[in-house]
Amino acid sequence: MSDIAVKSKAEVTPQVSGNPKAAAALDDRLAAITMPDAGFSADARADAMVRLRAMGLPAPRDEYWRYTNPSAFNAATATALPFDADGAESPLFTGRDKLTLVFVDGAFDAAASDDLSLEGVEITTLAKADAAGDHWAAGLYGQLELAGQTPVKRPFAALNTAVAHDGLLIRVTGKPSKPVHVLYRRGTADADAVWHHVIRVEDGAELTLLESGMVGARSNGMLEVDLAKGAKLHHIAAKRANDPKVGLSHIFARVGAEAQLKSFTLAVNGTLMRHEGAIDIVGDDAVAHIAAAVLGDGNVGPFHHDDTVFITHGAERGESRQVFKKVLKNGATGVFQGKILVKQGAQKTDGYQISQALLLDDNSQFLAKPELEIYADDVKCSHGSTTGAIDEEALFYLRSRGVPYDRAIVFLVLSFLADALSEVEDDDLRDDINDRLEAWLTTPPQN
Amino acid sequence: MLKINNLHVKLEEEDKQILKGLTLEVPAGEVHAIMGPNGSGKSTLSYVLSGRDGYEVTDGEAELDGEDLLDMDPEVRAAAGLFLAFQYPVEIPGVGNMTFLRTAVNAQRKARGEAELTAGEFLKEVRVKAAELQISPDMLKRPVNVGFSGGEKKRNEILQMAMLSPRMCIMDETDSGLDVDAMRLVSEGVNALRSPDRSFLVITHYQRLLDHIKPDVVHIMSNGRIIKSGGPELALEVEQNGYADLLAEAD
Repeated sequence: MSDIAVKSKAEVTPQVSGNPKAAAALDDRLAAITMPDAGFSADARADAMVRLRAMGLPAPRDEYWRYTNPSAFNAATATALPFDADGAESPLFTGRDKLTLVFVDGAFDAAASDDLSLEGVEITTLAKADAAGDHWAAGLYGQLELAGQTPVKRPFAALNTAVAHDGLLIRVTGKPSKPVHVLYRRGTADADAVWHHVIRVEDGAELTLLESGMVGARSNGMLEVDLAKGAKLHHIAAKRANDPKVGLSHIFARVGAEAQLKSFTLAVNGTLMRHEGAIDIVGDDAVAHIAAAVLGDGNVGPFHHDDTVFITHGAERGESRQVFKKVLKNGATGVFQGKILVKQGAQKTDGYQISQALLLDDNSQFLAKPELEIYADDVKCSHGSTTGAIDEEALFYLRSRGVPYDRAIVFLVLSFLADALSEVEDDDLRDDINDRLEAWLTTPPQN
Repeated sequence: MLKINNLHVKLEEEDKQILKGLTLEVPAGEVHAIMGPNGSGKSTLSYVLSGRDGYEVTDGEAELDGEDLLDMDPEVRAAAGLFLAFQYPVEIPGVGNMTFLRTAVNAQRKARGEAELTAGEFLKEVRVKAAELQISPDMLKRPVNVGFSGGEKKRNEILQMAMLSPRMCIMDETDSGLDVDAMRLVSEGVNALRSPDRSFLVITHYQRLLDHIKPDVVHIMSNGRIIKSGGPELALEVEQNGYADLLAEAD
């Protein structure tokens, strides 16, 4: 834990309007949280608290919560999990030159982390910046989250802004020689981990951000990303396999002119995960790609994985891709809710969205809500969503060459995921991910 | 080598009999060709022998070296020495041609109790064989059959055949979609594999392929049965006169 954040109990004002039961649930939720002692972020947090109170906690009747029951996220406290202190690094990133920053239950662990110095990058922590007062992130913290509240409300993102104690504030001014790797670890059995990172990549600068590990019994992570002209962020999150926690993750981004955002998530088994993305393309000729490869085995845990991603084109000649691939078995559930919104004047937009599920048995399900909303008249947008089983023709082809049935299935699963993996730009990293997936598929997953 | 006796096969999903008492024997070292009009059951025969789902054997048997083929899974048949060159080789995005082929070679070796090839041994062998078939290193690296032309796909089938060293090779219209040069390459690849303990069953519509791959025996198939067998001259007769006379003769 950081020793800088001073804790005080939330001051909870009972809500007077709305559904009293829902308001009471939010009060309970907030009462269980130790509020941070905010400095530079105080106003942003106060605003976030106001919008959270106005929105309330989500209910299954809310349009974007129909497929994922919010009760585990709404509950006042996290349900403790059997504690496994092993916060081992994802084998994906081992042996790679990188700057590793460790968070335990959402708080920065300086002792376990590398030194915060890397040429071309300024890094500090939210807790430290809050204690110090003024900070460059003052104009960004909670602002991208706020922008992402329209047109769909995202109460847990507002909650995150209001209550997060810690996170990284990263300003990239050059092209650092190695990636920044955030490694998450569990510290206690019932941790309700909340963290909030802000990343600002300046004109023409570039960063590769890696995330791995597992955290909390419940988690709520936020990544606010602001890309200036020609800036690039390549983000790869490898969720710890078989992580039993219930988790929410967010990426709220603003993509400037000629900037590129590429974000890829790998998730293997687990319990309940929801990933929300709100990407605003605000500059011309910008690129935003959001992708995920997900493997869910309902026998390992009651697997439910939800990607809810909105990309808004507000500038000309933008290119966006959403590529989501989920492989589900033994009662696993996959959810995809994705939208491409093209605003008036965002001409020559090229938007693409594909969400696909490979169901390995009859017990699993995929719920998809692909949407296009277009107000410009000279754009190219397409979306597709499919749910299918293993291709019998390809299966027979492989087996006819002597490849055993189980091994042939592994090949076909990897083949299915290939489009999502191709969103990982770094060839070595992509090969590593492919090898890792193959290992997971051929032997029972370890981590 | 391959013995098929009185084979009756229907489609699993519908009540349609495709093979109606097919009897055929291919001794070791021989090349047999099967010709016949569309819909006579040629492709079905190749699928049933290699173990594809969707067919039901209602009578008869098929043996490879005295072993009952029909009860084996497709991969077991492959390890036992059976190979089917597909009429339409399947594209598998995201799976490297080399990875796939090495997995197949080693799975068969393992199933037969032989030592698996190391990456180095495999690479050395595949490079030589690919070069003979004019398959570029780039094609080896690409995903299985993805972005391959029709000719490249068929050459890739022959490369697999060469690497897997099957004893009984079934070729399902391997000549379809091939230009003259590709047909020559594929045929040379096949001829190089001919040996006293390897047999071929070549399914084709055209005599032309048989100019390159010279058969010992030609069978004419119609309505789920072999209606006539003879030497290479039978293929020439079909080429010149069509099937009408042969079919009339069989009736």
